[in-house]
Amino acid sequence: MSAGAYDKLIFELSSPGREAFSLAGADVPESDVRKILPEKHLRRDAPALPEVSEFDVVRHYSRLSRMNYGVDTHFYPLGSCTMKYNPKLNEDMARLAGFARLHPLAAEAVAQGALQLMHELARDLAEIAGMDAVSLQPAAGAQGELAGVLMIRAYHRSRGEKRTKVLVPDSAHGTNPASTAIAGYEVVEVKSLPNGEVDVDALARTLDTDVAAFMITVPNTLGMFEPRIVEITELCHAKGVQVYMDGANLNAILGITRPGDLGFDVCHFNLHKTFTTPHGGGGPGAGPVGVRAHLEPFLPVPVVTKDGDAYALDWKRPKSIGKLQAFLGNFGMLVRAYTYIRTMGPDGLRSVSDNAILNANYIMKRLEKAYDIAVPGPCMHECVLSARRQKKLGVTATDIAKRLLDLGFYAPSTYFPLIVEEALMIEPTETEAKETLDAFCDAMIQIAREAETNVAVIHDAPVTTPVRRLDQTKAAREPNLRWTPRA
Amino acid sequence: MASRFIANTPEEQKRMLGVIGAASLEELLVRIPAKARLPRALGLPAAMAETDLIRHMKALAARNADADAHVCFMGGGSYDHYVPSPINHLISRGEFFTAYTPYQPEASQGTLRTIYEYQTMLAELTGMDVANASIYDGASSLAEAALMAHAATGRGEVVLSRGVNPLYRRVVATYGEGPGVRLRDVAAPEGVTDLAAAKKAVGPKTAALVVQTPNFYGCLEDVAAAAEIAHAAGALLVVAADPVNLGVLEGPGKLGADIVVGEGQGLGVPMSFGGPNLGVFAAKNDLVRRMPGRLVGATVDRDGARGFVLTLQTREQHIRRAKATSNICTNVALCALMATIYLATLGRRGLVRVGELSAAKAHYAAERLAKIPGVSLRFAAPFFKEFALKLPKSPERVAARLARQGFLAGVPLKSFDRTLADCLLVAVTEQRTKDEIDAFVAALEKAVA
Amino acid sequence: MANVPGNLKYTREHEWAKQEGDRVRVGITAYAQEQLGDVVFVELPKIGAKVAAAKNFGVVESVKAVSDLFAPVSGEVVEINGELPQKPETVNQDPYGKGWMIVVKPSNKAEWDQLLTAPQYEEFLAQGGH
Repeated sequence: MSAGAYDKLIFELSSPGREAFSLAGADVPESDVRKILPEKHLRRDAPALPEVSEFDVVRHYSRLSRMNYGVDTHFYPLGSCTMKYNPKLNEDMARLAGFARLHPLAAEAVAQGALQLMHELARDLAEIAGMDAVSLQPAAGAQGELAGVLMIRAYHRSRGEKRTKVLVPDSAHGTNPASTAIAGYEVVEVKSLPNGEVDVDALARTLDTDVAAFMITVPNTLGMFEPRIVEITELCHAKGVQVYMDGANLNAILGITRPGDLGFDVCHFNLHKTFTTPHGGGGPGAGPVGVRAHLEPFLPVPVVTKDGDAYALDWKRPKSIGKLQAFLGNFGMLVRAYTYIRTMGPDGLRSVSDNAILNANYIMKRLEKAYDIAVPGPCMHECVLSARRQKKLGVTATDIAKRLLDLGFYAPSTYFPLIVEEALMIEPTETEAKETLDAFCDAMIQIAREAETNVAVIHDAPVTTPVRRLDQTKAAREPNLRWTPRA
Repeated sequence: MASRFIANTPEEQKRMLGVIGAASLEELLVRIPAKARLPRALGLPAAMAETDLIRHMKALAARNADADAHVCFMGGGSYDHYVPSPINHLISRGEFFTAYTPYQPEASQGTLRTIYEYQTMLAELTGMDVANASIYDGASSLAEAALMAHAATGRGEVVLSRGVNPLYRRVVATYGEGPGVRLRDVAAPEGVTDLAAAKKAVGPKTAALVVQTPNFYGCLEDVAAAAEIAHAAGALLVVAADPVNLGVLEGPGKLGADIVVGEGQGLGVPMSFGGPNLGVFAAKNDLVRRMPGRLVGATVDRDGARGFVLTLQTREQHIRRAKATSNICTNVALCALMATIYLATLGRRGLVRVGELSAAKAHYAAERLAKIPGVSLRFAAPFFKEFALKLPKSPERVAARLARQGFLAGVPLKSFDRTLADCLLVAVTEQRTKDEIDAFVAALEKAVA
Repeated sequence: MANVPGNLKYTREHEWAKQEGDRVRVGITAYAQEQLGDVVFVELPKIGAKVAAAKNFGVVESVKAVSDLFAPVSGEVVEINGELPQKPETVNQDPYGKGWMIVVKPSNKAEWDQLLTAPQYEEFLAQGGH
C-alpha cells in the first residue's frame, strides 16, 4: 500500500455512543415495541452496525471514493461497456420529486407524467432500433436477454413448435449463454471465423427445426460490423429460427442502421451504455427489450398504453411471459435516458455513433504498429488489440492493464472476446476529446516500448494506486466475505 | 452537428480522418451493406435546449402525485422511509457514480470496500453467513433464490406462501419457466401462512418453502415453524424480509432460514416509481458457491496490505457461461452504496429506532382507523408497519378521493387478491407524524361516510 | 514439456489413471494444473457415487477458469481425497501424488485399454492438447 493510503472500514471507525442519524421522537401514545409485538419476532440483540458521527460518514465515503477511477475523473476505455460521459442534467431530472418520490403502485390517474415518459421512451427506442414494440421492464442487459429468449420460447410454443436449442457464437458475452440456459434452452456454441465473423456456411449447416434462436452481437465483439448480417437473418428465418441481437454495441449504429431493418426479431438496449445512465460502480442499469410485431403479445406485463391523451397500464395480456421485476422497471434510469434522447435529438444521436466510430478508428490506427490488431479495420465503435507480441516478452494483457493504471488511465477490457489471444478491447466512446485519445495512445505505445526495454516497470505496476496487485488466489481459497473485529 | 457532449470539432475530425487515412466518416462505414443503411434521419423529436427540456420534464413530473406533495401511506413493497442527506451527496461523487464493475481492483478499492461493508451489514441484519453484492430487486432476488434451491437440492418444486407479495410470485414464475420449476401455493387465509397446509404441501420433491415476513399483508410469519417444516422434508427455507425492519425484528437466519432475500429500497433508496430498487440476497456458508451475483472478498496485495477483490467468480456468467449460477452481470451497486451509507448513518441505534417508530405509528394508525364506523382490520394476526383495512366503500374510489386531499391512502388490494376487493393496504413509516395520521383518519372517515 | 509418468494412463481431457490392484486412482495431469493456474477449489463426488467413462464427475477451479473432471473409467467411487477441499493447492504442488482426486472400482475392464498410454498422451500434448 502506498504511504498514507487510507485503510479503514466503517466498522473500524465505530465509537460507542456516536450517532449520525436524526429521527423525531415518538409522538404516539405507545411506542414500546415489546408491548406491541410478540416477543418471538423480536431481535434479541441490536444489530452490530457502526456507531459514527455524520462527519465520520461523509469523510469515510469521500475518502473511499478517491480510491476509485471513474469516467468523471479518468479515461475509462472499458470495451463493450460504453463508458461515456453521464450528463449532469440527467441527474437533476431523475431527482425531481415527481419522479424520485413517486410510489410504484400509484394509481394511473396520478402517475400520468411518469407513464407518458415511459410511453414516449418506449416509442423512441422502438424507432431507434426499428422494432415494433419495447418493454422497459428488464433491469439490465442480462434480464433483457432473458426476457427476449423467453418471448421467443413462448412464440414457438404458441405455434406448437418444441425447439430446444439456441445458437450462440463463441465470441459472445457470457450473459448470452447464461440467459439462454436459464430460459430452458440447450446452448450450442458456434465457432466464429478467425476474423470474428459468423461462419455462414457452418451456421447454415447447424440451423435446423430444433433451433429456436440465433443470438448475436452487432457490431460483433471484435468491434466489426457483420457484413453478411442480412443474409444471416434471412437464412435463420427460412428455417423458422428467431434472431436475437445483443444490443451492447448499439452505440455504433445510431441512425446508421437498425436491428429491425437488419432482420432481427428481438434486441435489447443497455441504457447504461448507449443512453448515458451512470454505471454506478456496477449498476443499476436498465435493459429494455424491443421486438417485432409477431412477438408483441408475449411482452412482459404491464405494457404502457395510450388512449387519446390518457396513459394506462395494460395487464390483460394472456400470452405475456409475465413479470421480471416487482414493478415497472428501473424508472430512475428511464428518466435519465429519456432526458438524454431529448437532449440529443435525431441528428445528435447520429453524431454520437459517427464520433464513437471515428475515435475508435483513430486509436486503432495509432496503435497498429505497437500492437497486433485482432482484425484489420475500419472498426466500428471499439477496437480489439492482441498483446501476443508482448506476451512473448513476458508482458500479458493484464500487465498492460496494470501499467495503464499507473499512467492515469483505467484499463480496456482484457481477455475478451475469448477468441482473441491476450485481448485488449478498447472503447473510447464519442465523448472523449482527441487530446485524451492521444495521451492514451502515447501511454500504450510507451508500454509497448517498455515491454522491450524495461519489463520490470510493467511487472511492478501498479504502484500509484491505493493497493498494489492483489492476491486473487488467496481471496478464492480462503473466502473472507464479511468483516469481523480484528482479534 | 455540435453537441455539448461531443468534443470533436469538424477541424479535429478532419485531422483524425487524415491520420486514419480515410477521406470521410462515411468511408469508415464500408462494411455496412448499403441496403441495410437507414436512408433517413431517425424519427425522433428534435433536440431540446437545456432550459426547454427542464421545463418539459418539470411539467411531466408535476403530473405525478409524489410523496413530497402528498402524505404517503402506500407500501406493498416500496416505502417512504427517511433518506439521510449525506447519501445523495456521497453517491453523486463521480468516482463512485461513473465507475463500473470493479474489474481492475487496484483502481476500484472504493467500490470494493463499500460492497464489502454492505455484505457485512446485510449478513448481520439477516442473520446469515454471507450476503452478495446485490440483485436487481426483491422479486428477482426471490426468483434467484428459488432457482438456487432447485439447483442445490436437485428437487423440482417450490412451495410459496400466498402471503408472499403476489408481484414477487409472478417473477418467480417467470424465472422458473425455463428450468421447469413447479410452483405450489399455500394459502394464507387469515393473513398468515396456513402452516398445516404448508406441512402437507412440502415433501420429498420440495426444493424450498418460501415465506415473507412481514408478509404482503403486513403480518408477521412464524419463521421458526416454517423452517421446521421445510427442514423436516429436506427442503430449504427461503425467507423474504425487508432489511429496514431488521433493527427490531429477528434476522430470519437466526430462525432457521437457509436463504434470505428482500427488497432493500427502504435503506435510503428513493421509491422512484419502483426502480431501481435493491435486491438483497444472503445465504448460509454451505450454499456460497451456488450463489448468484458478485461477491467481494478481502485479501492482501503484494506488499501484504489489505485489499479487496471480486471473488469466487467461477460461479458467474463471464467464466462459467451456460453453466453459471445466474445470468446476472450488471447489478444495482449504486443502490447497495446508498444502503451502506444509510446503515452507517443510522447505525446500531438508528435502525432500531426506525423500526420502533414505524411499528408504533402503524399500530396507532390501525387502532384509530379501525374505530371508524364500518372500517376494520381485515386480519387479526400481529402486523409490523403495514395492515389490510376493510372499508365499507370501494378502496379505489376512497384512495382517489383522498389523493385529491393530499393523501396517498394505501394500496387497494383488489388487483392482487379478488377476495380482498374491499381492502386497502396501509403502510406507516417513521416519517409519518401523529398529526398526519390524525388528519388521515379524519379524511378517511369522511370518505367512507 | 510437462511431466508425463510412464506408468499411468491418460484421457484427452487431461486426467491420469493409475491401476492399483482392482481399483483405479484418478487425478489431473501436470499439464492440466499448469494450464489452470492456482487451483482454488475442487468439487468431488461422494463415496459410493457411480461415475461413467468420459462423463463429468467433478469440477476443478482456478481464479478465472473452471474445468470439468472426466472419469477415465466407469465404476463406483470408493475413495475421495478429502484433503483437497481444504488444500486445493495440493493439485498444483503434487498432481500425480497427494493431489489425487478419487479412487474408482471399475465396472468395465475393457475401458482401461481405451485410455491413452504415456507416449500417446505426450504425442497428444505435442499436437496442442485439445
